[in-house]
Amino acid sequence: MKLLALLPFAALLGGCDFVVLAPAGDIAAQQRDLVVISTVLMLIIVLPVMALTVFFAWRYRQSNTQAPYEPEWDHSTQLELVIWSAPLLIIICLGALTWMGTHLLDPYRSLGRIAADKPIESKDAPLNVEVVALDWKWLFIYPDYGVAAVNELAAPVDRPIRFRITASSVMNSFYIPALAGQIYAMPGMETKLHAVSNKEGTYRGFSANYSGAGFSGMHFEFKSLSNADFDKWIGTAKASANMLGRTDYLQLERPSQNDPVRLYRSVDRDLYKAILNMCVEPGKMCMSEMMAIDAKGGLGREGLNNTLPLTYDKYARRGAPLGTEPTFVAGICSMDEIKDAPSREITAPLDLTPLRGFGLKRPPFSPASSTSLLLGQRPKSES
Amino acid sequence: MNPDLVKMIFGRLNLEALPLHEPILVGTFAVVATGGLALFAIVTYFRLWSYLWREWFTTVDHKRIGIMYMILGIVMLLRGFADALMMRLQQAIAFNGSDGYLPAHHYDQIFTAHGVIMIFFVAMPLVTGLMNYVVPLQIGARDVSFPFLNNFSFWMTVGGAVLVMMSLFVGEFARTGWLAYPPLSNIGYSPDVGVDYYIWGLQVAGVGTTLSGINLICTIVKLRAPGMTMMKMPVFTWTSLCTNVLIVASFPVLTAVLALLSLDRYVGTNFFTNDFGGNPMMYVNLIWIWGHPEVYILVLPAFGIFSEVTATFSGKRLFGYTSMVYATVVITILSYLVWLHHFFTMGSGASVNSFFGITTMIISIPTGAKMFNWLFTMYRGRIRFELPMMWTVAFMLTFVIGGMTGVLLAVPPADFVLHNSLFLIAHFHNVIIGGVLFGLFAGINYWFPKAFGFRLDPFWGKLSFWFWVVGFYFAFMPLYVLGLMGVTRRLRVFDDPSLQIWFIIAGFGAFLILLGIGAMLVQFAVSILRREQLKDTTGDPWNARTLEWATSSPPPDYNFAFTPVVYDNDAWWDMKRRGYRRPLTGFKPIHMPSNTGTGIILAGLATAMGFGLIWYIWWLAAVSFVALLAVAIGHTFNYHRDFHIPADEVVRTEDARTRVLAAGAQT
Repeated sequence: MKLLALLPFAALLGGCDFVVLAPAGDIAAQQRDLVVISTVLMLIIVLPVMALTVFFAWRYRQSNTQAPYEPEWDHSTQLELVIWSAPLLIIICLGALTWMGTHLLDPYRSLGRIAADKPIESKDAPLNVEVVALDWKWLFIYPDYGVAAVNELAAPVDRPIRFRITASSVMNSFYIPALAGQIYAMPGMETKLHAVSNKEGTYRGFSANYSGAGFSGMHFEFKSLSNADFDKWIGTAKASANMLGRTDYLQLERPSQNDPVRLYRSVDRDLYKAILNMCVEPGKMCMSEMMAIDAKGGLGREGLNNTLPLTYDKYARRGAPLGTEPTFVAGICSMDEIKDAPSREITAPLDLTPLRGFGLKRPPFSPASSTSLLLGQRPKSES
Repeated sequence: MNPDLVKMIFGRLNLEALPLHEPILVGTFAVVATGGLALFAIVTYFRLWSYLWREWFTTVDHKRIGIMYMILGIVMLLRGFADALMMRLQQAIAFNGSDGYLPAHHYDQIFTAHGVIMIFFVAMPLVTGLMNYVVPLQIGARDVSFPFLNNFSFWMTVGGAVLVMMSLFVGEFARTGWLAYPPLSNIGYSPDVGVDYYIWGLQVAGVGTTLSGINLICTIVKLRAPGMTMMKMPVFTWTSLCTNVLIVASFPVLTAVLALLSLDRYVGTNFFTNDFGGNPMMYVNLIWIWGHPEVYILVLPAFGIFSEVTATFSGKRLFGYTSMVYATVVITILSYLVWLHHFFTMGSGASVNSFFGITTMIISIPTGAKMFNWLFTMYRGRIRFELPMMWTVAFMLTFVIGGMTGVLLAVPPADFVLHNSLFLIAHFHNVIIGGVLFGLFAGINYWFPKAFGFRLDPFWGKLSFWFWVVGFYFAFMPLYVLGLMGVTRRLRVFDDPSLQIWFIIAGFGAFLILLGIGAMLVQFAVSILRREQLKDTTGDPWNARTLEWATSSPPPDYNFAFTPVVYDNDAWWDMKRRGYRRPLTGFKPIHMPSNTGTGIILAGLATAMGFGLIWYIWWLAAVSFVALLAVAIGHTFNYHRDFHIPADEVVRTEDARTRVLAAGAQT
């Protein structure tokens, strides 16, 4: 009878789109596998515990005087061994799985395969997409094609995608459940994500980290297209009238909600780098430049003179009540010089330890023989 | 009037700060104001003010302070739950182009306030209240180590709660989520008073929490009855000790990180800004270095309650006392090594992520051992299904689900697809409601007769139990489902109509929980009305095992006329078994601490200072701060800090109890 009562729920569940459990991308599918395997592993111990709880509660109820009663019994070494070692064994299995899965599915790691049955080939050059979380919309720049889109992302099926992700003002999280797990989008910093879609279709993407008033409307469509359709999509973008230069971007980044899809036929070549280094505004010093100056010892006290009053920063920046008026550091190099150093933002600190997880054969997994597994600095360069 | 002068006097406070244009808030205010006035009128009519001031507000008695903490927690539960209901309603109707009934400005405050209130002003006061009430009795002490500090801690917690409640009607609360991540919470993106209310509410309450932690550690370490070695302490005392160690070690981190954030907001430093060398990731790390231990601060005492309840109602010694203690200690230590699992998705390397993932999983081993210990305490027992035991069994069945989804979220690649989703929401409500809250309800039902001398009404209690438990499953299982459908948290409107049914089910669950809370309030009222029928004269209504049941219910001011001597970790059980007889003669005067109003005055000044800082009323902040120092220093010159309860008064109290016990034995 109870099972019958559950039937409407089963029907309800059947009608749902469990995108996390049935994704379209290989990375998300492997993450799903981990979800399922770990759940099953834990059920090995959870189900008996639940059953025993109910059984003991029923069997040793006060009214059942048939059941044995041992008020002084409070210790059993054998039992103690079992209750500590059973969870321990499960956690050892799960821990090994975690270590392996975390390294193999590191979002910074380039893909080792297109799908479970499809190895990666040299012709599968990854599609580069630069992602910027704005208030409250998404900007996608295709540096390989020189086009850009707001609130729409398209990619060809079975081609690796390499996302480089940043944000303009506050923290967001870039998440397309059908494609791959999420990663934060943070201002002035870059995160990376490697993924591939194996099935054509239109999927939801959105910000998974609350970012202010327009957060609910901050979603986009991810179009997984055939190669021909993708070329057509690029063509449509190329045919649009919009262009995205720095001034256009400064207009675009102002807060707005529920923005429609917009395509741009051309994008300022260095726009993404400028966004990442927080120097789209004319005259503002790029963080990369600031860090380079600081690495050489900084400007000293004279550097304090190199600030200008800030009139607008994202929303409507107000200075702190007891502090000085907000300022920004003026740029020293001219625009041309920044353009001449395009690789600036990836000049990461030199790192000699190998990136663990990268280049490993799967499935046998052997961690790199480094003594500083935890302390080793993560290389910021492309992986 | 000169605008500069107005600004100097009122800071940024003006009439626009009153939310007169928001009908929901005006209505709420009308209800709260009417209720408040009625309460004020009743207290004045019955001339209770001086009684309340003398016997309650200025009390240093750990029992009364404990009860006041519980009242604070229950009052704030009503506010926090009202927020929850409003969110559930908004999410259930904001479909098919409807914008719901809450604008973003209001909705975003509600989910922030819900989290802040439920953790800081519901769970914390309830946990602290129970520890305050029970721990000194369990270890056979007269009071806590620093009774005045205890009163001060309580009023600081109230001060924080007052600031947070004030934000409802004067100005607004933060719109940042309950942990106020910068850059969103920084002055650039949240220039209003909301985040300042958040900061000062938590800072004021945080002082109270930290001091009460220090107080209880000292109490447990120094004031145990003779014979009670560490390994003879009741398990609830053990978990309280670990919880307070966690409080003392982690709350300063919260204080520091909020201080840095307020420097950013008030004097324009750049700790957590985007440029000028600031880094918001540091805030996220620091706040979770406090935030993760906080979870264990809440749940460890609940584990202690379950241990007491299971042993008592199974009529059996607790199985595996030693391993229970070690499990608690291991959890305490490990809880500092897992904070990064709250942000795997920030892009730390795979090695860092797997380290924190695996340490998180390791915590499930001692927790699992505890679960088995309760299970084998029930094994071959004689289980009485009174309310505390019912909550315990509901906990055991519910908590394992939450534990399982928690370990699942500790696998970083799994977290990448479930982080910030409603699955996560379902998980932590599963452990906080199914673990902490069920534990607190078990504890309230268990120790209520000790505090008031009569039991809680079982009929309404059972009604409340079933509404809560069933309501919980209805409210949160749909969220697990929605999480697997890729629905994220804190959304205000939805455009996929197929999701709506799940939100409606969840809303129905919240409604059932509302009935559960209602039934609980009725339970309190009915129990007070029927207190003669529910009366307990023995002081030990459950045939329990630990020392707090050795004295009368409610216990006299001095708890124990003679300090008991302990030979066993179930001290009272052992005394009963050995045919313990209450001493009837030989009473001596008892040295007790005096009441003082300094605590409430200090906390009032701290609250005023917070208010001044929130609204940039600098003179108010400065004056309150100076007054705070002056009163604190002045208090050190107060030499009337203690008194003796005369021996003949002790004799009278104890004789009265002897008569009550004799009358009880005859019937």
